[in-house]
Amino acid sequence: MSEKKPGEFVEIQLGRRNFLQIVGMTGAASGLGLPVAAHAAAIAAVAHSAAPAEVDGLVSVRFKVNGKAQTLKVDPRTTLLDALRDHLQLTGTKKGCDHGQCGACTVHVNGRRVNSCLSLAAMHEGDEVTTLEGIGQPGNLHPMQQAFLEHDGYQCGYCTSGQIMSAVALMKEPCGPANADVKEAMSGNICRCGAYSNIVAAIQQVRKA
Amino acid sequence: MEPFAFSRATDPGKAISAAAKSSTAQQGAEVRFVAGGTTLLDLMKLNVERPTQVIDINHLPLADVERTPDGGLKIGALVRNSDLAHHPVVQRDYAVLSQALLSGASGQLRNMATTGGNLLQRTRCVYFRDTNMPCNKREPGSGCSAIDGFNRTLAILGTSEHCIATNPSDMNVALTALEATVVIRGTGGERRVPIGEFFLLPGDTPQRETVMMPGDLITHVILPPPHPGARSHYLKLRDRASYEFALASAAVVIAVEGGKITHARVALGGVGTKPWRSPEAEQALQGQPPNEHTFAAAATAALRSAKPQSQNAFKVDLAQRCLTHALSTVVA
Repeated sequence: MSEKKPGEFVEIQLGRRNFLQIVGMTGAASGLGLPVAAHAAAIAAVAHSAAPAEVDGLVSVRFKVNGKAQTLKVDPRTTLLDALRDHLQLTGTKKGCDHGQCGACTVHVNGRRVNSCLSLAAMHEGDEVTTLEGIGQPGNLHPMQQAFLEHDGYQCGYCTSGQIMSAVALMKEPCGPANADVKEAMSGNICRCGAYSNIVAAIQQVRKA
Repeated sequence: MEPFAFSRATDPGKAISAAAKSSTAQQGAEVRFVAGGTTLLDLMKLNVERPTQVIDINHLPLADVERTPDGGLKIGALVRNSDLAHHPVVQRDYAVLSQALLSGASGQLRNMATTGGNLLQRTRCVYFRDTNMPCNKREPGSGCSAIDGFNRTLAILGTSEHCIATNPSDMNVALTALEATVVIRGTGGERRVPIGEFFLLPGDTPQRETVMMPGDLITHVILPPPHPGARSHYLKLRDRASYEFALASAAVVIAVEGGKITHARVALGGVGTKPWRSPEAEQALQGQPPNEHTFAAAATAALRSAKPQSQNAFKVDLAQRCLTHALSTVVA
């Protein structure tokens, strides 16, 4: 533990902003590139068909991701999370516990927040999926992304994507006005750095706006 | 995760015929239906569930909530926990169910988990979830690691020398107090099972948790019309304030008329190997004035047959206080 001078604090904070923006841009760029996605799926297809344990080949799924139609052929075991990250290169969505206990993998399916780790990609035929890359980009941030920046609603940043996706979905859910109501509604998103007070402040700012 | 074949069911009959080839019903079966996936995928990643075929039933037309002609409620098996919890009729007439659903899991998981799936939710016993350890529920005959192991969170009611695993569901506790009926469609047609007969005690076959047979598909849950004048409440006690399983919970449905309790339904969660209806507590309440003395007597009666393990004797007190508090709240 060392006491930070105000100047140092600002510098670190800017560093985090840059980091988030770089992550956001990478995700947005690859999200635009259909050939990139198709290439990745082809690589995955080769890898999976070579696996000796394969019993039923690949399963085809057509869905929309961030407004763009996608068709993937995946091993049936592929979770929605792995399809987004490994097949579509949308790495804004994070893998934490991979068991529905941390919320880092939160995305929207048909406008509602879900844990993408506990869902098979093949279960999303016809669905509309939205990831962090789909709600805002550098220069055009979603108000919730902006509020997280303003309130320093993170430390290491690993849970942030899931926190923001959960918070954006929360805007359309029944939720009382108090901080305690927000904490209850956000309890499915764990932040091991303990940025909870700032996360609640960011969400409340957007709710009251 | 072990490899499996994946298909999408477009018609319940075909899904049922395919699943009927399994040697067991849904839980632990070779052919499994997937709806929300929140329990199944979790356990498949741990190699606890190892189906060779997974049938996606999300496209079957089982996602409606409708009134029954007698004033009850018919809930489709695919109705998501969050939709059911926020349904205006559920909030008005079956508050205990709405409260139980909202006390379970997280906002994300409630958007995924379904009514049918929650009925088949599997225990959180750490030994069941760890394939390195003996567990009679996962591997019949291998022994129970929990009885002499870490059993703080496990059951004190309905246990056997083979299994002390707790049923983890909140929804099931509320459905038990509401005397719901489970509608099951199988190879022999449709049948209706009162929820009190749906779950089995572990006995010497802890791997078998319900009366379902291979091929069976839960299609609906039916709630009887609300008891006139009754109020209901769900109280859940746990190690942290949210996003945690119950150490003890109580679902109560109580009607009071002329200073006496005229209708009492009591179920406990977090303490039983199945959602625990307590006729003993109901009998202690029936016809009595709704006061602290009556509630204490009911709480004592509810836990009289409790059999604590080395680490969970505290649950006897906790469950009694939970029930007493739930009863005080519902009549307040």
